[in-house]
Amino acid sequence: MTTKLFGTKVARVEDQRFLRGQGRYVDDLLHDDPRLLHSAVLRSPHAHARITDIDVSDVLDLDGVLAVWTYDDLTGPMAEPLPLLIPHPTLTHGRTQYALAKDEVNYVGEAIAFVVAVDRYVAEDAVSRIRVDYDYLEPVVGIDAARAAQRLVHDDVPGNVGARMEQENGDARAAIADAPHTLTLDLDIERSACTPMEGRGTVARWDPDTSRLTVWSSTQTSTGVRGCVAAKLGLDLARVDVITPDVGGGFGVKINHPWPEELLVPLAAMTLGRPVKFTEDRREHFISSAHERAQQHHVEVGFDDDGRLLGLNVEFWHDHGAYTPYGLIVPIITSTQLLGPYKPLNYRVVFESLYTNTVMVTPYRGAGRPQGCFVMERTMDAIAAYLGKDRTEVRSTNFIQPDEFPYEHGLVFQDGRELTYDSGDYPASLAKLKELVGWDEFEQFRAEMAAQGRRVGIGLACYVEGTGVGPYEGAHVHIETSGKVKVATGLTTQGQGHQTAFAQIVADTLGVRFEDVEITTGDTRKMPYAVGTFASRAAVMSGSAIHLASLRAKEKALRIAAEALEADESDLEIVDGVVSVRGTDASPGTRIDLGTVAVLSNPLRYAFDEASKAATQFSVGDPGRPPVAEDDEPGLEGKDFYSPQRSTFANGMHAVIVETDPDTAEITILKYAVVHDCGHLINPMIVEGQIHGGVAQGVGGALYERMVYDESGQLLNASFMDFLMPYVTEVPTTIDIDHLETPSPLNPLGIKGAGEAGVIPSAAVFAAAIEDAEGFPITAMPISPSELYALRLAHADDPAEAAEAATTTAG
Amino acid sequence: MKPAPFAFLRPSTLEEALAALAGEQGAKVLAGGQSLVPLLSMRLAAPSMLVDINAVPDLGHIDIDEAGVRIGALARHAEVLASAEAAETQPLLAMALSHVAHPTIRNRGTTVGSLVHADAAAEMPMVLRLLEGSVDVASVRGRRTIPAAELFAGPLESTLAHDEIAVEAFFPALAAGAGVAFEEIARRHGDYALVGVAALVQLDGDEITGARLGFVSVSDIPTVVDVTEAVNDRADPAAAALAELEPADDIHASAEYRAHLVKVLTTRVLAAAIDHARSRARKVTT
Repeated sequence: MTTKLFGTKVARVEDQRFLRGQGRYVDDLLHDDPRLLHSAVLRSPHAHARITDIDVSDVLDLDGVLAVWTYDDLTGPMAEPLPLLIPHPTLTHGRTQYALAKDEVNYVGEAIAFVVAVDRYVAEDAVSRIRVDYDYLEPVVGIDAARAAQRLVHDDVPGNVGARMEQENGDARAAIADAPHTLTLDLDIERSACTPMEGRGTVARWDPDTSRLTVWSSTQTSTGVRGCVAAKLGLDLARVDVITPDVGGGFGVKINHPWPEELLVPLAAMTLGRPVKFTEDRREHFISSAHERAQQHHVEVGFDDDGRLLGLNVEFWHDHGAYTPYGLIVPIITSTQLLGPYKPLNYRVVFESLYTNTVMVTPYRGAGRPQGCFVMERTMDAIAAYLGKDRTEVRSTNFIQPDEFPYEHGLVFQDGRELTYDSGDYPASLAKLKELVGWDEFEQFRAEMAAQGRRVGIGLACYVEGTGVGPYEGAHVHIETSGKVKVATGLTTQGQGHQTAFAQIVADTLGVRFEDVEITTGDTRKMPYAVGTFASRAAVMSGSAIHLASLRAKEKALRIAAEALEADESDLEIVDGVVSVRGTDASPGTRIDLGTVAVLSNPLRYAFDEASKAATQFSVGDPGRPPVAEDDEPGLEGKDFYSPQRSTFANGMHAVIVETDPDTAEITILKYAVVHDCGHLINPMIVEGQIHGGVAQGVGGALYERMVYDESGQLLNASFMDFLMPYVTEVPTTIDIDHLETPSPLNPLGIKGAGEAGVIPSAAVFAAAIEDAEGFPITAMPISPSELYALRLAHADDPAEAAEAATTTAG
Repeated sequence: MKPAPFAFLRPSTLEEALAALAGEQGAKVLAGGQSLVPLLSMRLAAPSMLVDINAVPDLGHIDIDEAGVRIGALARHAEVLASAEAAETQPLLAMALSHVAHPTIRNRGTTVGSLVHADAAAEMPMVLRLLEGSVDVASVRGRRTIPAAELFAGPLESTLAHDEIAVEAFFPALAAGAGVAFEEIARRHGDYALVGVAALVQLDGDEITGARLGFVSVSDIPTVVDVTEAVNDRADPAAAALAELEPADDIHASAEYRAHLVKVLTTRVLAAAIDHARSRARKVTT
């Protein structure tokens, strides 16, 4: 029997290539092509202004410049606004930008003109020669200004409100009014961003000989880009191929599409008849891609003496920036996923999604969940503090119990489906976490540290993550006559180790050697039907599709082999790429390798090598029947799609022990523990890698990163010098991880997504631990030592006043 | 993030480099490039010419004698940091250099380049001032020595003339009976400090005859404050220092927090420097 690979720590096969610098990213492509042209974009220096004139007359004189586009040069669909990708009935005032600004600009960084030149240096020289006249308008920066609505981002959007959405299960306000205890909290999260190592990038080549456009883009959805390019440039879909090469990280920002450059580059390539490249630089990434996370929340909660949530009423305000190309996905996720593993008896949530003159917001790893988790977990901690109970006890009281699955929340999730959890065992997860972090021994540790003049605190946070959203993914499995297995799935890869994890599934399902499996992702030539890689969906969606397609290929292989071996299909097994009669020795006539089966699957008229001779017309087939049966097709292939009824819900719990320096207010991580449940693990090493990366990114979001806009809408820290992504020196050197596996009943492999988990509880868990160390409420994240110091002063000056000013108030 | 066009010259003698500088008003010297190249790429600086001195011979030296450490214009931070002799002669060099950015930057960046970049948020200009070192500069007009106290004109502005190249820095040796210490608080390891403080104390037996502090990131130019009196009067040296500093708000820290860190770090580094002086004295006697 072949060793089962599913569930084992197979080393990632892609790492050799990446670590040796042999990855091929968009910017590496066509590098040696002397015809390749480069582009640069003139971006708005103002957050809000009307464009009164654009003068490009100085540009074309410059040696090496081939073309410049402004809005006036765009025609047809290109002159229309970019798509609003995910409409929603409550998004009554959705707005998207133009590929190049028309009449006005609404954030610093908005594209105004597009220059194509022989190299990027000349293109940037040219950009600096374009003269734009602006009528400056007062910008709307930050949620407070958006809510105040003294100025409008878009004249035709009253109150700066793009959407208002409300959901309720029960009657939360009545339940709170009747509850024995109530609390209100105001909780804020600031902006951050994905900041992948590789920014955006697109290369396009128009082939006039075949009338075909090839676009390579650093995207999380090649099929999405393909659809947009074809529609905007007026091409038949069949004339457009989109290929996603190696991608240096996405984390959400590359699921938004099409970016202006994803359309302008192909347009330029077709117009100029030469390949064109755009590679975003770091400053551009900060000011013209997408951000996330900024939300203000107001919570009212009513509970009983045990801390049971009788009523929870959450209002929040979501800053979606200048435009809404990705709809309301982020706030919808916050509004539904903040429930976590808990079951408030009555729940109401209402949010407003607001325009500001800042970079637009699209999902960033976690996508609204970190905010939701922060809100719910801060509420749990406040209830525990109010009742004088252990924080884990209040959580346990509110957990959905293992026998309550599937659990229906009575709300609608981001995919338009009912919010129904499929499986989980939250009490078991919590027990593991307490053990892992040493929850019950912490007070002793605190006392020991206090004796040394050191201050420590512990926090925990729980989350549930809807993963594997639809609508579908597909896979195509092709067994070549060499016995090699070529697998294509349409979603993209940006570092998740798909080559490894998907090959594990194929090797197990089909019975072939892991080394013989090659996975292709994100290439519309190989698999034109696909959605994309986001929402922790690749393993669930493509993993399941690959499993199903492998089963189809296996079924066919067994049928052909049974005929060849004159055996019954049910007696056959496939091990290491060889079909044999189960229980027989290796005698000839009882076994046939898959390569030969592949030869036999494709009746040939012409032999092209030794192996193919076996499939020619005088060698095989029943002369009394057609060579390819009526319901069959040539080739040893399997193709299938996986389309689940709804998302599957992974969960996890994090705990952290921090030390806060009594003098400098520096925050140090002493221990970080994670209990994670994503159902069956395909590759525990990859899952743990995802958790490590997520935790590191979460440390950034909680303690270091923020987008600092000034009043005029300038982003003050648009570089890695001032946007403080943590270094390896700032993230925990070890992360203790334990897994629980409650399989999903929704897919054949029992798996759930794991991509975002590590980052979701960070703000919540660090706020809890710092609060525990310091003894005053932490209600806004991220937090820096300077801010912690300010809080200390506020609470030391006048403890009573500070307590009153604190946003946690008992009612 | 591509520089505007500039002429590039890579002379093989100092004379050639100086002549080029003298002949081109908009020329800039390129040594390690760790500050200049990002400025070029962001088009915050657009010199007409870069005079790359990396091919000029005899500028990479680290010469050490009883008087102190002489560091050539092309000696990299990493090389200075790796010199056990330099650390022995003036321990503050290594103490501060280990906080200068990251290994990759220290491998390329030059100590002299950092001095003439004159950033009050950088460690080495402060160290030069605290130790009362100097920089030798050359031009077609000749050579001169600029004492550290006269080197810094303003934020990111040195007193070098446009046609001068800093060829060598001199950091005096640590005197007998003296001790030094350095500590800084940065948001991330290797970042510019929110506040950094170095102390140089001189002991005569148990008596503190001199106590001076150098500050990073709390003034416009590298600033040194003599706190001998405050230390001996059992007054608050940090308060004395703060009277001469201007901690400011920025996106990483409030002025109030910076002032607080000045106090915390001042206390720590003064104690550490006194310990250092005493442990050196013990070594001498044993």
